Amino acid sequence: MNAPVTPDELLYQGADWDFATLMKIHDACEVVAHRDLGLDVYPNRIEIISAEQMLDAYASTGLPLFYRHWSFGKQFAHHEALYRKGLRGLAYEIVINSDPCLSYVMEENTATLQALVIAHAAFGHNHFFKNNRLFKEWTDARGILDYLEFAKGYVADCEERYGEEAVERVLDSAHALMNYGVHRHHRRTIDLRSEEKRVRERRAHDEQMFNVLWSTLPEKASTQAIAGDVEKRRALLQLPQENILYFLEKSAPKLTSWQREILRIVRNMAQYFHPQRQTKMMNEGCATYVHHRILNTLHREGRLTDGALLEALHSHTSVIMQPDFDDPRYSGINPYALGFAMMEDIERICRDPTEEDREWFPDFAGSGDPMPTLRHGWAEFRDESFILQFLSPHLMRKLKLFHLRDDEKQPALRVDAMHDERGYRRLRRALAKQYDPAWTDPDIQVTDVDLAGDRRLILEHRVHSGRLLEEQEARQVLRHLASLWGYDVLLREMDPATGASLKEHAVSPPR
Amino acid sequence: MQILDRRLNPSGRSLPNRQRFLRRAKTLVQEAVRDASAKRDIRSADSGGEVSIPLHGIREPSFHHGGGGIRDHVLPGNKEYREGDEIQRPPGGGGGGGSEGAQDGSGEDAFRFVLTREEFLSLFLDDLELPDLAKRRLVEGSDPAWHRAGYSVAGTPSNLSLARTMRNSLSRRIALKRPKPAEVLALEAEIAALEGDPAAAERLVLLRAELASQLKRSQRIPWIDPIDVRYRRFEPVPRPVARAVMFCLMDVSGSMTEDMKDLAKRFYTLLFIFLQRRYKHVDLVFIRHTHEAAEVDEETFFHSRETGGTLVSTALEEMRKVVEDRYPPSDWNIYAAQASDGDNAAGDSQRTARLLIDTILPACQYYAYIEVGRDGEHGMPGFPRGPTDLWRTYEQLVSAGAPMAMKKVRNRREIFPVFRELFAKRGILEEAKG
Repeated sequence: MNAPVTPDELLYQGADWDFATLMKIHDACEVVAHRDLGLDVYPNRIEIISAEQMLDAYASTGLPLFYRHWSFGKQFAHHEALYRKGLRGLAYEIVINSDPCLSYVMEENTATLQALVIAHAAFGHNHFFKNNRLFKEWTDARGILDYLEFAKGYVADCEERYGEEAVERVLDSAHALMNYGVHRHHRRTIDLRSEEKRVRERRAHDEQMFNVLWSTLPEKASTQAIAGDVEKRRALLQLPQENILYFLEKSAPKLTSWQREILRIVRNMAQYFHPQRQTKMMNEGCATYVHHRILNTLHREGRLTDGALLEALHSHTSVIMQPDFDDPRYSGINPYALGFAMMEDIERICRDPTEEDREWFPDFAGSGDPMPTLRHGWAEFRDESFILQFLSPHLMRKLKLFHLRDDEKQPALRVDAMHDERGYRRLRRALAKQYDPAWTDPDIQVTDVDLAGDRRLILEHRVHSGRLLEEQEARQVLRHLASLWGYDVLLREMDPATGASLKEHAVSPPR
Repeated sequence: MQILDRRLNPSGRSLPNRQRFLRRAKTLVQEAVRDASAKRDIRSADSGGEVSIPLHGIREPSFHHGGGGIRDHVLPGNKEYREGDEIQRPPGGGGGGGSEGAQDGSGEDAFRFVLTREEFLSLFLDDLELPDLAKRRLVEGSDPAWHRAGYSVAGTPSNLSLARTMRNSLSRRIALKRPKPAEVLALEAEIAALEGDPAAAERLVLLRAELASQLKRSQRIPWIDPIDVRYRRFEPVPRPVARAVMFCLMDVSGSMTEDMKDLAKRFYTLLFIFLQRRYKHVDLVFIRHTHEAAEVDEETFFHSRETGGTLVSTALEEMRKVVEDRYPPSDWNIYAAQASDGDNAAGDSQRTARLLIDTILPACQYYAYIEVGRDGEHGMPGFPRGPTDLWRTYEQLVSAGAPMAMKKVRNRREIFPVFRELFAKRGILEEAKG
């Protein structure tokens, strides 16, 4: 530092802060975010909350308001027990993908932590939410808060009308299928704000459709015609269908309209969270990289004291800690660590590439400013494709990654690829796969309904690499499914290559 | 950019969720609470605390892969492995560093969380009720409660309501146009300024006259008049009796072992906690007896040893005296719990029965007798021990319709069920019987 720092230039001193300090910090971060990083963010709203409110927020998956369900109470009790015992600290912040972007920060944080949190959440995550393609296409940041309000009110209303237990049964079943309440492949425009208005129209339409399909009155001829013609039936019911909740909402014969609406609410929430599952690593990497850049810039410009930067770095390094696989603390790859390492690595490749980098990344190696490349990456990719595209041999060596294959039929585990010339590409593909929900979640679809017979619902699990379902829980989920469907349910686990059935689970609805 | 302070928002947003969770896991939590309470001592028996319930009862199922098949893991921190190396599977079957099992937390088999004192007790005492609780609840006691009831013009100085008094004073002063001190001061200042100025002599005279009239007016109209004064008024409201006294009667003769006393103590503890939930104020009276009875403190009651014969009637006589002296049945809800090994001197039964029927039972809300015995005593085949003297005596009373309950307890495990049986809500008890 050349000139001595006068207190006026500093954003704050010591650990204390007030609203004016936060405002100053935010404005200073904003300058760096726009000028140096070229970020494009939603307007910010920062809310100060207490530790108890933070626990509350944890319990409802971070959302400011949510419908009521016992599982959130369970979450709360669990977090509270850990927190009270001192086993686990609380997150410094929670940020909501909404417009304006809501960041919750804890009152206990020191001024430095608040600066870190504002740079991290209010700029890093905020930019990611606003620009990433998945979020843009799949979520409706403007409508989410209103929709949450509507959902909470609707569920409460149902509880009052039909009893807490009836509502709980539907929610339990819907939650069990939540991962299968997402349209993965074809895009649908989502406008949460008009949801409420559309409720009624939808009801009318559905009821018409049901009359045709399920009528037991003398329309036998047409029903049988549908039942006989597989193609026609599948087209009518939009089969095969990967979105099980959607299928139930539209076609389950025994559900009443409020039950369908609850399924829809759960489905919409699943859809809202779906991009977050797919971009966790990038999202955290982006936010961590942004706070790191912003705070270092502020320090260089004399707006933060050395002590403040050290405090921030202390938090920063503990967040991006990655224990080795044989460390007792190891519990998977830390998304913050991998994300931040990748962003820094891209910066290195842009600024100071080696021969190897130039060969692997001809598009941007040595381009100078890393921000255009990073912003492009943050906007257009998800974890899986981002790793496939940007993970460099340099970083694989640095993290000492290796690929272990566990084949049930072999007596021992086998190291399939490691960080060397022969292994880079295979290693990268294997890592990318771990971040692909389509690979990590079992591939289950609704394939057929036995319309002529006992109305049995038939699902198919396309088994990859011989990984069958965990039977006990699968049966529990199927029981939930059967209770929503109203008739028997059959899940067939089959080998997609040969079409051979490997295992079958049949469940009847509880009555 | 906006900053909002949400700290003052009502807390406990997740309370409804918590209640739903507790309701959902009620059976499990209740079991856990009973287990936990069995391990505690008297003093902390009613505090909240951590309980753990089996996870499988509250699991939220989802489709996921089971074991088997081909699994791929990419792990950081390679040290010596080369491509193609073979590694023995770690014992326990958790392949690849065990990352798979830990991801969803299914590695844990118990779910731990903290209950508040209130939650703990309500689960602990769920579906129990006090017999005849309503009987005296609404009876008016002699000790009234005082409630605020507006203002009065008379009262003691300590009840003076300054705010109300000054408000009256102010409105009176305004109504009667008492000059404000500032106006008087201004007049005086003006006079002082004009003093000695010949040109203003005429004005000075006027001002002086006005000042005189103002001062006179100030004197006539007092700052505070007795009619301004108000006192806070209190009204006596009859208070329903909401206090209870619990008598612990125990035989401490040589035949009662420490184990038996411990059983009795546990029973008393439960009863005490239970009463505390229902009454604001619960007194405890400890009466021990051998062939003579005395009221003692808790420490002596449980831990000192006496020798002598056994006369149950002496304890009842002592209790009658204490009730007469300190706890008139019209003001107090009286509960009694007697613990004994069942011995009583042969000639005393008649007297005991009479005392109970004539004086004790009419005064009591509830009288519970538990007979403690050695563990395994009843388990000797071929040597069935007949009912004890006291048991026979009381049995006759109960069959004659006396409002008392009796139970045998041999083992710690039985304390809780016995207690529950004694206090179970009627409907539930009948269900259990039917």
